[in-house]
Amino acid sequence: MRTYLLRRCLYMLLILLGASLLIFFLFSLTPGDYVDNNLSLSEERKAELREIYGLNKPVFERYVNWMGNLLQGDLGYSLAQQRPVAQLIQDYIWNSFLLAVVATFFTWFIAVIIGVITAYKQYSLFDTLVMIGIFAAMSIPSFFIGLFLIKVFAVDLKILPPGGMITTGSRAEGWDYIVEVMNHMVLPVAVMVLLGVGSLARYLRSNVLEVIKQDYVRTARAKGLKERTVLYRHALKNAMLPAITLVGFELPGLFSGSIIIEKIFNWPGIGQLYLQSFTVRDYPLLMGFTMLLAVLTVIGTLLSDILYHASDPRVKL
Amino acid sequence: MSNLSTREAGRVPDRRVSEAPPSLWRQAIQQLSKNKMAMAGFIFVIFMLVACFIGPLFSPYADGKVNILIKHQPPSAKHWLGTDHLGRDVLTRLLQAGRISLTVGLASMALSMTIGTVLGIISGYYRGIVDQLIMRIADLLFTIPGIPILFIMGFLMSEWKVPTDYRLYLVMVMLSLIGWPGVARLVRSQMLTLREREYMQAADVLGLSDRRKLFHHLLPNVFPLLIVIGTLGIGGAILAESALSFFGLGVMPPTPSWGNMIDAANNLIDFEKRPWLWIPPGLAIFATVIAINVFGDGLRDVLDPKKQTSR
Repeated sequence: MRTYLLRRCLYMLLILLGASLLIFFLFSLTPGDYVDNNLSLSEERKAELREIYGLNKPVFERYVNWMGNLLQGDLGYSLAQQRPVAQLIQDYIWNSFLLAVVATFFTWFIAVIIGVITAYKQYSLFDTLVMIGIFAAMSIPSFFIGLFLIKVFAVDLKILPPGGMITTGSRAEGWDYIVEVMNHMVLPVAVMVLLGVGSLARYLRSNVLEVIKQDYVRTARAKGLKERTVLYRHALKNAMLPAITLVGFELPGLFSGSIIIEKIFNWPGIGQLYLQSFTVRDYPLLMGFTMLLAVLTVIGTLLSDILYHASDPRVKL
Repeated sequence: MSNLSTREAGRVPDRRVSEAPPSLWRQAIQQLSKNKMAMAGFIFVIFMLVACFIGPLFSPYADGKVNILIKHQPPSAKHWLGTDHLGRDVLTRLLQAGRISLTVGLASMALSMTIGTVLGIISGYYRGIVDQLIMRIADLLFTIPGIPILFIMGFLMSEWKVPTDYRLYLVMVMLSLIGWPGVARLVRSQMLTLREREYMQAADVLGLSDRRKLFHHLLPNVFPLLIVIGTLGIGGAILAESALSFFGLGVMPPTPSWGNMIDAANNLIDFEKRPWLWIPPGLAIFATVIAINVFGDGLRDVLDPKKQTSR
């Protein structure tokens, strides 16, 4: 186990090194930079600015600088916002996190219930209907369902806000503020749950189906336990076990924000910031955040492998 | 084989035992045709393909002529889905966009399947350094999540000032670039077990060439799996293309695609007052992808019994 972890961590570092090269050269070999955005600048001024930002140095030297700073935890300096990237990420990431945590909670909660019921009543009408619903949910373009829900609930029915995190110009504080944010979260969370719940419920359903057939479940029933206890106490525990590997894969999603959903619902999260940075060619921010995504993904994969082993000791690492 | 024919005979009692059992492919097709949901999905996909590729030929508005006088008309008998801001017929444009979106979905999937299969077979069969190299590249591409990497590539495409005509093809390449590692991993893992089977030992003994072994003996055995993941992947590719085009990073106007037609919703007045501009393309994506997924799931039940989702 220890040698495995050591080897894995070394490999992780190598892969991240590769990722950093890929990310850096993708962006720095692109024609056009932040200075080109401002058309009113004279050529001399542009050259001056490039000198200040270090954009005129050879590509390789810039990479070494960037990488050196990264290793010290410095993600760079956002040119468009004139603030350190790390600080910006910190400002926005918690909004994304809030959305993702609530959505993930509801996704798992609903998926577990659906998974258990559909497995228990396999081939019933409910099972069939849910299966159709799951297919539908897996096939909706996220941006379209977002727009559609805004149109229905915010524009036509006017019962929910169309976007943002708080109402424009609102000065709500304390409890009112919380209620307001919750109100704004309903639609984006609903879309995120809708998109995620289908595949998870399907996965859990097939796990439950496998477990339900096993002898110990029959024993539990034979002991005269209530069906509910059998299902949720005895069967579910083992059916959930393989699912904990998914927790690792959820990790990057919790922090990375959803570019599409945040954009559609105008949620002030990291995904929205990321998308804006494309239009102003804010490369340091784009590179820094992409690198963060890569790190989170790699850690998430490692985590899920370890959890996989922890959940089933038969799995050799 | 005898095992198979008795099972077959058990299921269909009136079949004469002397009759040879149908081939595995035939059995699969027979089984699939009994799955009503999957067949409905298949028929819908065919309908969509026919409508999009042949439909515009019968439309009086197929030339896409701009006529500002009739712009923004709501649906009517003349224009079933109304007209857009340039007075073009939305239904005709929807079908023309369908051509692009379906082609992108199919082509990018075909491309990533081809790359993924070839690399997967090579890396699973030869192992060693080639395997290492291919799989490390796949790992590298996996480090950045799908949507951000697509957005980055779309952005780079704009920065390199790719002409709008070529963007279409580059979108296909982009989608297959992020699609192949998954295929390669799957094929490789299949290869690792298949190459140890007896029939491969027999092939070794017969002294067959590597090419023959790889593409005539190993490849046919991963075909069922490939068909399944390929079908399900088309839906994913269509969704990814639509998101990319919606954000102006994929297929760009004047080339219509379902994604960039929904772009009309970014205009507040169109969004609130003219839903016929952006709801039909959204529903078209939805219906097409759901049909593909249902069909793909039916295929999986038939062709890949091990991975069956217990349906």
